Amino acid sequence: MNLAPPHTSMLEMHELSKVYPTPKGPYVVLEGLNLSIQEGEFISIIGHSGCGKSTLLSMVAGLNPITKGTIALHGKKIKRPGPDRGVVFQSPSLFPWMTALENVMLGVKQVFPHGSKKEKTDIAKYYLARVGLGDAFHKKAADLSQGMQQRVGIARAFALKPKILLLDEPFGMLDSLTRNELQQVLLEVWNNERITAIMVTHDVDEAIFLSDRVIMMTSGPYAKIGDELNIHLDRPRQKLAVMDHPDYYTLRAHLINFLEH
Amino acid sequence: MNSNLNKIEEETTTEVISVSEPTPSKTAKSPVKQSAQNHVPQAPKKPTYERVIKLLKMVGLGFLESLIRLIVGDDPKRQLKRIWLGVGVPLIAFIVFVVAWQITASTLKSDLGKIPSPSEVWGQSEVLWKDHVNERKKEKAFFERVEKRNAKLLARNPQAKVRTPAYTGKPTFIDQIITSLKTVFAGFLLASFIALPIGIFMGLSKTLRIAINPLVQIFKPVSPVVWLLLVTMFVSALISQNIFLGMPKAFIISFISVALCSMWPTLVNTSVGVSSVDKDFINVARVLRLNTWNKIVKVVLPASLPLVFTGLRISLSIAWMVLIAIELLAQNPGLGKFVWDEFQNGSTDSNAKIIVALFVIGSIGFALDRIMVVIQKMVTFNKNDIA
Repeated sequence: MNLAPPHTSMLEMHELSKVYPTPKGPYVVLEGLNLSIQEGEFISIIGHSGCGKSTLLSMVAGLNPITKGTIALHGKKIKRPGPDRGVVFQSPSLFPWMTALENVMLGVKQVFPHGSKKEKTDIAKYYLARVGLGDAFHKKAADLSQGMQQRVGIARAFALKPKILLLDEPFGMLDSLTRNELQQVLLEVWNNERITAIMVTHDVDEAIFLSDRVIMMTSGPYAKIGDELNIHLDRPRQKLAVMDHPDYYTLRAHLINFLEH
Repeated sequence: MNSNLNKIEEETTTEVISVSEPTPSKTAKSPVKQSAQNHVPQAPKKPTYERVIKLLKMVGLGFLESLIRLIVGDDPKRQLKRIWLGVGVPLIAFIVFVVAWQITASTLKSDLGKIPSPSEVWGQSEVLWKDHVNERKKEKAFFERVEKRNAKLLARNPQAKVRTPAYTGKPTFIDQIITSLKTVFAGFLLASFIALPIGIFMGLSKTLRIAINPLVQIFKPVSPVVWLLLVTMFVSALISQNIFLGMPKAFIISFISVALCSMWPTLVNTSVGVSSVDKDFINVARVLRLNTWNKIVKVVLPASLPLVFTGLRISLSIAWMVLIAIELLAQNPGLGKFVWDEFQNGSTDSNAKIIVALFVIGSIGFALDRIMVVIQKMVTFNKNDIA
């Protein structure tokens, strides 16, 4: 039976809708959205605030119930959250009473329940070192700066070895210096792992720098996909090299043009 | 320090206190790096005195900070200014208060007696201490006498039945303080044992919250007097002997009443704390698929500790306030009874003794609150937000 086309898409959204009931009647955030994502792709979803891009991401995470349509990961419908979809939240959402290591370990223990204590610790330490926190394992999360906390957040998501990584404006709360720095960190870790990733952002440069494909969403209500843009820049990428690329401003203009209309 | 007291006033009235966001709002300023492999530079090691200061702050003696900094010569001008503000100003306010008191005392007189002056009060506090010391001496002498007599009896007749009678001296002021402290701790413990589990369950289950909340709202404003009468009735009906499980009946009545009066802030704050845990924390727990037990123990409880402890702190100060009233009303041993006895006594020293008790009661209340703050700082994560 070779009728089915060779499908490499790992995440499939079909006729996806989200409606919030309000006292003034139903509020339709998203309607009839279709999107498929290939294995190993880095996708950015860009759009104005309130267009439902974060809602979309939280539905993929399983944190927000789906009103209509389906989201399927490897052909299996998403019904509830789980560690196969690692989430990096906008606020780092670390448990401040735990150390950096304990925060990462909490997830690792859930995903590798049968590993030895040392194996689990090694995984957690490895990812913390990857995000540049090699000497802050035992610092309380509350004592870390916001940027360092988000590094832990990234390490925590990668350490789950998820099938897909969901990043909800992960750098939205950071100052621009720290943001640049963390984009680089994220990209370096991602280059090693090549985990399929969906990132929500409203930063055009961030979207170009990180992703293979940028999905542009129209403003809500009734938000849907307005346009798509492939970013064919070579990897591994360096921020300055990307910005010097001859296509950079064409890509940037495309995105900004969409957002301004 | 006055601000702390004010804060408690506020807390008692508003019941649930907003605790600032668990995520610290530190400005994110980590140094610029080119690569993730670079180390994040660590802060240089702090000198010993910084650690001493941190420790002092931890145990609630933060006002000594400036003194230490002055000694080690860290910006002396600024330290002197801070000492002046932190110690000098309150001291002057206290002196003004004492002078005003002295003037009032010498001008105001009533049929019930006159207002004792500060010096009289001080004198009485010494008298009370001496009474205590003398009473202890008498007690010791009494037991020595009994022992001698018993030894004599035994020497004459080894089969003689000897007994050691209980010493029946009047409890001193210090004894009353100790009794009150024991009672307030027993009451506070009982209140916590009741309020914490119920509060946690209420916080976790919306249905339970809706079910129990009306009852809580009805019982919360009930006057201590009513609780005391009810508890007296119940305890008297259930326990006939005067000593039960090694505890005097009066003590049992006091501490149960105290618990029933003081448990409400803990209950309400715990349920609010548990039910209002940061949504992001819950989402993390959901993504990680933590089981219910881990979710409660590792996420919900630590996240709600600041509110829980604020509740415990209010409960303890209410417990202390209520206890004195209950002792006074029920004639149960303790500082309240001391005050009442002195009031009935009506001798010339009595008023001064009552004022001594007033200062002692106030100071103990203050100390208890500081102890709670220290514990709160040790166990909760947002240490900087606790007054």
